[in-house]
Amino acid sequence: MWFDDRSPIYRQIAEGIKDDVLSGALKEDEQVMSTNQYAAFYQINPATAAKGFAQLVEEGVLYKKRGIGMFVSPDARRKLRAERRERFFTDLVEPMLAQAKLLGIGVEEIVQHLEEKR
Amino acid sequence: MISIRDLTVRYGGTIAVDHLDLDLPTGKIYGLLGRNGSGKTSLLSVLASYRRPSAGTIAVDGVDPFENAELMGRTAFIRDTLDVQQQDRIRAVLDFAAALRSTFDRGYADKLTEMFELNPRKRVSALSRGQRSALGVVLGLAARAPLTLLDETYLGMDAAARDTFYRELLADYVAHPRTVILSTHLIGEVADLFERVVIIDRGRLVLHEDADVLRGRGVTVTGPAAAVDAFVAGRTVLSVQSLGGVRAATLYGGLDDAETARADAAGLTLGPVGIQDLFIHLTGAQR
Repeated sequence: MWFDDRSPIYRQIAEGIKDDVLSGALKEDEQVMSTNQYAAFYQINPATAAKGFAQLVEEGVLYKKRGIGMFVSPDARRKLRAERRERFFTDLVEPMLAQAKLLGIGVEEIVQHLEEKR
Repeated sequence: MISIRDLTVRYGGTIAVDHLDLDLPTGKIYGLLGRNGSGKTSLLSVLASYRRPSAGTIAVDGVDPFENAELMGRTAFIRDTLDVQQQDRIRAVLDFAAALRSTFDRGYADKLTEMFELNPRKRVSALSRGQRSALGVVLGLAARAPLTLLDETYLGMDAAARDTFYRELLADYVAHPRTVILSTHLIGEVADLFERVVIIDRGRLVLHEDADVLRGRGVTVTGPAAAVDAFVAGRTVLSVQSLGGVRAATLYGGLDDAETARADAAGLTLGPVGIQDLFIHLTGAQR
């Protein structure tokens, strides 16, 4: 993961870890890197890394075991999938339809294209 | 906490630091940014007690650092001149630093010396610009001083050496938390290391902000001139550029979801602004 300087890094961290949970790269109840390891690995300030992890704990994606570290919550993947599925249509499909309209591409043409890809 | 109140530093008729107020909680890495002649080195010199303020006060944990031996022992200031004997060999410079300062880690200094490929038998006077800077990094990091001030300690260092500097700074800070104030012009390559950013211009404070908050602060608004003007009215506009009927304005201050939706509806395109660009807009355009 490479952070860009143009949006808060803690949010980029949180999104990156969510992607890993969704893809299965991080398994449920698996321990994640400590904030210091994470900071050293990605060369970012540890306070910034801690803020990203704190957000994930708050959202229930990660949970803390005192004195041991942070782990992926048991139902994190299911919750994230539900969340992302909702966003799929607003974030991806709707902008695509708006662009298609601009270009004079009809819904039938898009459906046909998708059928071919199936 | 480092508390700076109404600080002024004057050199004859030149005002280097101009009635500056600043509170810096300890235990963080600060990026001190400013253009040439903005007063960065003067500010650091006063923090390190190398110079007495012309007016105003500084307190480190409530104590005035000037001519305070105990506090000075807890402060490391690395500047261009290095403040070492030019005819001394590197090994002697490190021996002296270790003898002077109880926190100095001689083993770590040797490790860094090796990493930077500095020959301990070489005299300071024989070092290249980049090697002198590397020696500065060795002295600054190995000092493990609770207050570490690094004033453009990268001049002449090549990209690989600077990378080593940043990696070691972060690793040693994680292992031995302390207050680090780093002044730099190479904002793009170190900004990720900062917890907070302090920008000064012409001796005055421009901003002191959480680095990650700053990353969300700048926004460019691009679109038809009239629509851009209507949208940016009443906001902090850092710069405006026009080409034909299209206008691009850079704003300071984040937009909430409702404002973003309003911009979309008005046919405006929003874009992020990085810390370096924000710095340029905040200290460059209106000079």
